Amino acid sequence: MTKEEYLTKSPAAAVKGSSPANPLPGFSITLGFTILYLTVIVMVPIGALALKALGLSWKELWELATNDRAMAAYRLSLGASLAAALINAVFGSLLAWVLVRNPFPGRRLLDGLVDFPFALPTAVAGLTLASLFSEHGWLGQFLVPLGIKGAFSRLGVVIALTFVGLPFSVRTIQPEIETLDPAVQEAAKCLGASRWRRFFMITAPTLLPTVLTGFGLSFARALGEYGSIVFISGNLPFQTEIAPTLVVMRLDQFDYTGAISVAVVLMIFSFALLLTLNTLQGWAAKFQEP
Amino acid sequence: MKTSANVISTLPGKPAPRTARGSFHWLLVGVAVLFSAVFLVLPLLNVFAQALAAGLGPYWHALADPDTISAIRLTLIIAAISVPLNAIFGLAASWAIAKFEFRGKAFLLSLIDLPFSISPVVAGLLFVLLFGANGLLGHWLEVHQVKILFALPGMVFATIFVTFPYVARELIPIMRAQGREQEEAALTLGANGWRTFWHVTLPSVKWGLFYGIVLCNARAMGEFGAVAVVSGHIAGQTDTLPLRVEKLYNEFDPVAPFAVATLLALLAVATMLLKALLEWKTRHES
Repeated sequence: MTKEEYLTKSPAAAVKGSSPANPLPGFSITLGFTILYLTVIVMVPIGALALKALGLSWKELWELATNDRAMAAYRLSLGASLAAALINAVFGSLLAWVLVRNPFPGRRLLDGLVDFPFALPTAVAGLTLASLFSEHGWLGQFLVPLGIKGAFSRLGVVIALTFVGLPFSVRTIQPEIETLDPAVQEAAKCLGASRWRRFFMITAPTLLPTVLTGFGLSFARALGEYGSIVFISGNLPFQTEIAPTLVVMRLDQFDYTGAISVAVVLMIFSFALLLTLNTLQGWAAKFQEP
Repeated sequence: MKTSANVISTLPGKPAPRTARGSFHWLLVGVAVLFSAVFLVLPLLNVFAQALAAGLGPYWHALADPDTISAIRLTLIIAAISVPLNAIFGLAASWAIAKFEFRGKAFLLSLIDLPFSISPVVAGLLFVLLFGANGLLGHWLEVHQVKILFALPGMVFATIFVTFPYVARELIPIMRAQGREQEEAALTLGANGWRTFWHVTLPSVKWGLFYGIVLCNARAMGEFGAVAVVSGHIAGQTDTLPLRVEKLYNEFDPVAPFAVATLLALLAVATMLLKALLEWKTRHES
């Protein structure tokens, strides 16, 4: 459900104006508590970052945010997140499709397993993926001789980010496939459209906005990910260091200005993405209206 | 804005419609199953296989290490503080947001979604900048000898930041869908506000609340990035289970990190089973 839906589909909103004052108690105390909690947990800490950043020299901040090591980290963060989100868009759509439309023994088990990357602590995900793809691992022993290094490499970063983003993609697309109207398919079939033509002319365009939303959510999740990457990437500056790792490295060296500069860039990325996603969901909602 | 909480919670219960089962059907199923086997099943099995590779002896030995025991205790303490607070927040926020109309609601919802889009590392940094020696409150805390950063309170703050949206996000859509007619009826019949809440609202959202708590707890116990930044990594004192896994991994111990990781993997399995159970419950009640 989008934020817009929360706001507009409320039954209370529908009768607004016609109904007398809301008789339910507890409004001021619950709202007050909510605002207090959000202030202490979110606003004050973000305010601390803003105050700190404002107190620093802009020239130095800019220098540290854009030096070669930082740029290499952004490139890897963006590139690997993009690759992972693309893989998830393809395989996530496929998985969602199979889970809804193709009954087979073990479907329910597979359906439950999709949440596994979400439920598993990221540190454990990184640990086990690194071990699977390392030289002596279950998969690595076959892949490494072929030249496919899935651990301590950039590919490893993509693998871990794909793992953590998968549920976001599948769970976004799944409900949309469920609501596809089979009558439209049947009509096209009766009119003589082939399976591929039906897919490309009807199914794909209908699902596109949702697939894009899933792509965006998986991308957003990947951009901020840290736990699993620490284990699988090797964390080599200029090679396998992602932006969040650079923040931690700089903090460990008490380079607060350096850490803040990269953190601010990361926050700008996520806000830009958030805006894009909201726009995308607005578009998707409009697309689905009859 | 779709968030992880409601992405994960919107699950189908309907049986799949029957379609013709040609070779294409089985090709799709084959690719999906193969992909899931590599990406979902193998990683889970691998944790246990590696942990038990040298037998049960080293496995128990790794778990009985005093630093590991203390990491288990710290993880439980942090969850025991942050999860109930987040549950209370979730109930309060969803009551205010779902049952009332007020200005600035969209802004409030954006604030609740914020942790989903901020890197946990950045979340940790926020608290370093607030409570650290050079931080906004650092001097005051030092003078009054209050230790927040690199101690339990800082780790609780970081965990709460990362996990507070889960219960709220689960409850808001449910409460909104139910409207407020039932509560209004109860009030008309003479129940006071508190009684209405306990006997009308809470029973109707109980499974959603429980599921939000389960999700929040899984995230709280497994949080790595935010907690890593504020913990200070003092063995036996400020290492949680995920941080303990990292430390053992960096010591190149072949068994111990996996042994500790099995505890967290079991937590994930329990979370998934509870989710399946709750879906079954809600389906049967409706």
